[in-house]
Amino acid sequence: MKILVPVKRVPDPTQKAKIKDGHIDPTGASWIVNTFDEYAVETALRLLENGDSNTRIAGSEIVVVTIGPEDAAKELRTTLAMGADRAIHVVAKDDELDSLAVVKILAGIVAAEKPDAVILGKQAVDGDANQVGQMLAGKLGWPQATFAAAIELKDGRFIVHREVDGGVETKSVPVPAILTVDLRIISSHSVQNGVTSATFAYGGEGARLPSLKGIMAAKKKPMVTAKLADYGVEPQPVIKEISVTLPPPRAGGQIVADIPTLVKKLAEEAKVI
Amino acid sequence: MGNVLAFCEFQDGALRTSALSNLTFARTAAEAHGGEVVILLVGHGAQAASASAAKFAPKVVVVDDAKLEHYLAETYAPILAAQAKATGATVVTATATSVGKDLMPRAAALLDAGMASDISKLAAKNQFIRPILAGNAYSTVEISSSIICVTPRQSEFEPAAELGSAGAVATAVAGAIDAKGAEFVKLDAQKSDRPDLGDAKVVVAGGRGMKNGDNFKVLEELADLLGAAMGASRAATDAGMVPADWQVGQTGKIVAPNLYFAVAISGAIQHLAGMKGSKTIVAINKNKDEPIFQVADYGIVQEWEKAVPELIAEIKKLKATR
Repeated sequence: MKILVPVKRVPDPTQKAKIKDGHIDPTGASWIVNTFDEYAVETALRLLENGDSNTRIAGSEIVVVTIGPEDAAKELRTTLAMGADRAIHVVAKDDELDSLAVVKILAGIVAAEKPDAVILGKQAVDGDANQVGQMLAGKLGWPQATFAAAIELKDGRFIVHREVDGGVETKSVPVPAILTVDLRIISSHSVQNGVTSATFAYGGEGARLPSLKGIMAAKKKPMVTAKLADYGVEPQPVIKEISVTLPPPRAGGQIVADIPTLVKKLAEEAKVI
Repeated sequence: MGNVLAFCEFQDGALRTSALSNLTFARTAAEAHGGEVVILLVGHGAQAASASAAKFAPKVVVVDDAKLEHYLAETYAPILAAQAKATGATVVTATATSVGKDLMPRAAALLDAGMASDISKLAAKNQFIRPILAGNAYSTVEISSSIICVTPRQSEFEPAAELGSAGAVATAVAGAIDAKGAEFVKLDAQKSDRPDLGDAKVVVAGGRGMKNGDNFKVLEELADLLGAAMGASRAATDAGMVPADWQVGQTGKIVAPNLYFAVAISGAIQHLAGMKGSKTIVAINKNKDEPIFQVADYGIVQEWEKAVPELIAEIKKLKATR
């Protein structure tokens, strides 16, 4: 099985955003692989390995792709160090792109690579748009299973537990399909591929960290670069950011001495109970 | 000139509360585009909800087919895209629920439409304000495609009121229904008599400091006393203390109730992103340095084990005097 995992680099969300000339100023930001995309790489690895023996299933392949400036090669290399096999870097400036352009490029890559699945993070934690996976599925005419909290690969189908409003939905999609992953996909038993024993528990609280061996190996893994024109994409996004503003800080509250005072204030001052 | 096609979810013959927020946005967009709101009801049972929906818009289009019993993006998106064209829509909108978020981008791809997700405001005809970076910034985007897809955030738009007269109801055929091999298997619904987290006027949320699921019972008692919905931080849902769909935050539910209780929640930015629009925030935490106190209107620096039972007793006392 071959899985394509598109990844995006994002500014470290724990750093405070700065605004310059009405837009986010990325100067001095440290960049990371979008957390959900890291989970998507982790999901692809769990689907294509024997967790018990920590070996990859013969003939399986994970191709990672990023669309972004030249610097973004660094974060792409991180996903190779996690265990992906090769990488495609489509070099483009962020302001040349919108979700439709990204989807057009990814559709071109899918046509060339013919993967059995495309696995993505459900959203990037900078723009929080949550669009690309679903749009790619629509563009390709493929089935989609979004917001996956658990995935079982069985008889050529993905059986996906999706976290929806009011509960958990189970949806079954055939290969090839688009899957987008949610937070709980990295839980110990969330990914079942029929090869790793069902009782095997993945540890840790996130995606695997690249090992030293993985980092060394990643340096030799192939990374090809491409440009927008290779996919017939003009750098003319239909979605343009006009400006970014920071919300006014919430007015400071008060520490209340005791519960009776709190209840009195909620009833008489805030009038909410 | 262009109409606004509002995909509305329904249940038991009536629009869902979340759909009413969609209609509030749709009305402002219709005004900006010089057109009218057309409600689209898709699914088995859509016909039964049409009379109720017609109270909210001048026109309702119903696509009702037994093969559409369970929502699937694969079957619904082509209907949404086809109806966008059939109704002369320049804006296509659905509330940013788990259905809206799954469906709308797929339809946008079919329409080659630019999309604004999870918006908080219509800024100008084709300009939308939306939170980014976990709600730490607001971005104004302009979309220049001939059709624009939008998912308004429920908590940012009041539910729409009924119009004076009922609109016209038309039916449309689904066309070829092709699920692309996808199958709905089942929905494990969380049964609850409490209000939906997205609609609730009061939310009681607990965090990592609650330590285990059993300890949430005291919060549930507080919630039931106030007619509140239950919420939780990611730390609590990840630890399996409470169901995942209680999660409030950047990647969970975004809520803006009148009153939000954050109990034993530290206040990570991802959690704050989901609740800082609340009108009044009460934080109960034993550690006075937690960031939750920076957004709270009222803070109680106490262990929840002591504070919450006392809070329940005090509220009961207050209620008894009314």
